[in-house]
Amino acid sequence: MYNSSVLDPQSPQARAIGNLGIVSTIVLVLIFVIVTGAILYALFRFRGRDGDADPKQFAGSEKAEIIWTAVPFLIVIFLFVMTLRAMNQVDPPPAPSPDLVVTGHQFWWQANYPASGAVTANEIHIPAGKALSVRLDSKDVLHEFWVPKLTRKMTTVPGQNNHIWLQADKPGVYIGQCSEFCGTQHAWMRILVIAEEPAKFEQWEQAQLQASKIPRAGPAAQGLALFQTSTCMSCHAIRGVPGADSTVAPDLTHVASRQQLGAGILENNSANMRRWLKNPQHIKSGVLMPDFNFTDQQLDQLEQYLATLK
Amino acid sequence: MNGTTVTMIRSAVLDPAERGHHALAWLSTVDHKRIAVLYLLTGLFFFVVGGIEALFMRLQLALPNNHFLQPDTFNQLFTMHGTTMIFLVVMPVMFGFVNYILPLQIGARDMAFPRLNALGFWLIPFGGILLHFSVLSGGAPAVGWFSYAPLSETPYSSTLGVDYWAIALFVLGIGSISLAINIIATVISRRAPGMTMRRLPLFTFINFVNAFLIIFAIPVLNAGLAMLLIDRQLNGNFFLPQHGGSAVLWQHIFWAFGHPEVYIMVLPAFGIVSEIIPVFARRPIFGYGFVAGSSVAIAVLSLGVWGHHMFTVGMGRPLDVFFAASSMLIAIPTGIKVLNWSATMLGGRLRLQVPMLFCIAFLIHFLIAGLTGISHAIVPLDWQTKNSYYLVAHFHFVAVGGIVFAAFAAVQYWFPKMTGRLMSERLGQWSFWLMVIGFNMTFIIQHFLGLLGMPRRVFTYPDLPHWGWMNLVSTVGVLFMSAASLVLIWNLISSLVRGKIAGENPWNAWTLEWATTSPPPHENFDALPPIRSRRPLWDIANPDRPDPAVGKITEEINAPDKTKIGILTFIFSEAGFFATLLLAYLYFYAHPQPGPGPKTLDVPRTLVFSICLFASSFTFWRSEIAMHKQRRGRMIGWLALTIVFGCIFLIGQGAEYWKLFQTGVEVSTNLFATSFFTLTGFHGLHVLFGLIALLIFLWVAWRGDFASGRASAFESAGYYWHFVDVVWVFVLLSVYILPLGR
Repeated sequence: MYNSSVLDPQSPQARAIGNLGIVSTIVLVLIFVIVTGAILYALFRFRGRDGDADPKQFAGSEKAEIIWTAVPFLIVIFLFVMTLRAMNQVDPPPAPSPDLVVTGHQFWWQANYPASGAVTANEIHIPAGKALSVRLDSKDVLHEFWVPKLTRKMTTVPGQNNHIWLQADKPGVYIGQCSEFCGTQHAWMRILVIAEEPAKFEQWEQAQLQASKIPRAGPAAQGLALFQTSTCMSCHAIRGVPGADSTVAPDLTHVASRQQLGAGILENNSANMRRWLKNPQHIKSGVLMPDFNFTDQQLDQLEQYLATLK
Repeated sequence: MNGTTVTMIRSAVLDPAERGHHALAWLSTVDHKRIAVLYLLTGLFFFVVGGIEALFMRLQLALPNNHFLQPDTFNQLFTMHGTTMIFLVVMPVMFGFVNYILPLQIGARDMAFPRLNALGFWLIPFGGILLHFSVLSGGAPAVGWFSYAPLSETPYSSTLGVDYWAIALFVLGIGSISLAINIIATVISRRAPGMTMRRLPLFTFINFVNAFLIIFAIPVLNAGLAMLLIDRQLNGNFFLPQHGGSAVLWQHIFWAFGHPEVYIMVLPAFGIVSEIIPVFARRPIFGYGFVAGSSVAIAVLSLGVWGHHMFTVGMGRPLDVFFAASSMLIAIPTGIKVLNWSATMLGGRLRLQVPMLFCIAFLIHFLIAGLTGISHAIVPLDWQTKNSYYLVAHFHFVAVGGIVFAAFAAVQYWFPKMTGRLMSERLGQWSFWLMVIGFNMTFIIQHFLGLLGMPRRVFTYPDLPHWGWMNLVSTVGVLFMSAASLVLIWNLISSLVRGKIAGENPWNAWTLEWATTSPPPHENFDALPPIRSRRPLWDIANPDRPDPAVGKITEEINAPDKTKIGILTFIFSEAGFFATLLLAYLYFYAHPQPGPGPKTLDVPRTLVFSICLFASSFTFWRSEIAMHKQRRGRMIGWLALTIVFGCIFLIGQGAEYWKLFQTGVEVSTNLFATSFFTLTGFHGLHVLFGLIALLIFLWVAWRGDFASGRASAFESAGYYWHFVDVVWVFVLLSVYILPLGR
């Protein structure tokens, strides 16, 4: 089972934050124990009863005030120095050109690999063990990229290029999601980061660059025709299909190779694909894809066509 | 309890002469005590509304993949819950206590401006209704209480929800500013003889400091709301990146208000516990000077920490580091306070009655809130925990663990003063324990949910390890808190009817509100005790060991004129408003866009009109001199000339606008146009208001009843008129003169 715990860091960046978290927690818990201890001590030691005379009227002590101004000041300086150190570890300056560009959309993620030209959505493959310089962008409102086990979160701001370093020590699947409220379906704007051995990642990237095959006959061919005539391609791109190059919605060239649909709301299988195509608004209301109300036959054709897009 | 007091209570609550128009008397009242009760009841009403909203959200989140609520319903609920709890619950409730207690604590008969006080209150139900009207107009806003652009802009929020939200907050902000002006004028000009500034009770002192914070912070929000409304209603471009606007600018403006706002809510709570803990520990507050001084330090520092809400928006390293340092620094005065309250308990004789229990709960929960707050100032930790449930837990520890617990303490503590009857100690204990248990169930666990990666503001979540049961526990906690609130309401109602008669001073407290009947008579005091220390009632009760006198014993307070204090504080708030608009203008001036720019403006002609405006300050001054010399004809002449100059300026401004419209330059054209029209338009509006005020004075002077008592009002109008001219100096320099050098 996947988890997304910041307490289980899986990269040098997340570990630097985790270690700082441990140090800070020790300091803060110590303060808590001392102050709460004093309050509890007062509760037991200085409990009064009705009819007790008022105690000695003692209005303060400058010595005490100086101590409890100076000591917190020293603690703050210590934490500040630790903060600066960790900021430099987690967030060194970006590389001259990004290895990966992640763009937030209502309500999905687009991932571009500028060096190769590969494009995918919601499921970001990376080579394990390598720090990637990632540029973050947004097509509409603010979103926030957050994969807790791997790296810091960072807002995607339209018109402003933000940057993070993304790395995973070991191959594996790391989950995260948009953490800045971005509209109706903010809850279902999830991310999978899939870290693979570099050779395997290379293979995946090469496969992504392949254009789709055009089915010549059978239900899949009719599905493709539906894709072209039912306005699907005003939003979705499928490389190899003439004219289907819009970037409004997720690129579908290799949709069948993905694990999930609707940015994490459904597992990607043929039954779910049919449900999604029929009534996306029933599954993820507010998603920018309208209900098409396809007939069962049309759903079969479309689903069979999309299943060829490995 | 003697019979006379009871009769006095009865007569104050139900004066036979007033019985006939009882309800009307409450609606038209300008008595600070009745207005305070109205504030508190309004806050209680919206507390129930906001609480029900929270309950619905928690029910939706009780189970993973739940379908109890539609996503948009959930999104509207959290927006309304946050907005309601902040602007319609915490602020009115705190303002209610301040309104009731502050004049009593300084021995005043009422606030400085009773009618302004009534206005300030009535703007709250008005704003609350406006906010909720959105529900009827196609849906409440669904953008979160800080309404981040560009989601809050028309392309992404096309219904009127955000518009109602912005107008409501604008109205509520004006109400808050008017009360802040009133508080400042009251404390400066309405203190009883002997009540020097250094002898102020901490509740009064801290709220006095807080009033300045309101004056500085709220106008920044109002400027931002005006800009957002101009974007939405006039197709402006301020916060639309697609048109060159800046989404991050909205965040700067909002949090430059929003972080001080946190302290605006929590400082009154500090005032409450600083008042209650000493009384129930039976000794003076430990380190009065340090508690008071740290409040000033917090208020000042709070104006420079807003960027810690923006560590993940990409402000750049220098700003991140600056705001990390300032946010860590503010922990020091806050820590000083917590330690002083704790030290007050050490060596006391603690009476663990309900107000004290809530104060102790406040101390411990607020300590946790402060410590998790420091973890947000440690920037890399914020990079992980921000916008997660860890953050939700943190600010609810501030808002509920801190502020609401202090408010519960204050209710139990001051209810007897307001009604003449004590609240039930038994029911109070019930609501205390239900609240403490429920609160911790709901929110302690949310820290861990955040660390497990659950973001805030999601209407549902996948069934990831531990998320399900943790959310269920959190939801069950809300049921306990709801029960606690119901017990509180029952306690209020039943105690009002059959609570024990309280008498003047049921807690043996030491500040002046306890030196009069409960409730106090119409003008508060028959006679005041001598005031020579911070605890006048202690000195009376303990003649053998009175407090050492604080400062020189001065009988006369040399009170400055309240009208002038009022207008000066108002001008401060206006300065903040214009400074925000001007900075926005300069921000976009520094990032020029294609299309019309400052070069399209007619500089020479504007200089001529500007000279007219500046001349009007001179003519007003002459008019004032004439008034003091009792030369009515001259006064009217100079005043008329002032008005003529003001009109010429407005006509010149109109000509400028006309020419721009002719050449196709409108608010929506580009960012230069949006920010130019906004800045000069609001200035022109202020000139117009000033002219209306001057016309009224002209009319009054014409009719000849310009008694000398109105002189200070005339002078105050003059301050405002000069201020409007000074604003124009800055506008002229930035908009017309600065580009000449480009």
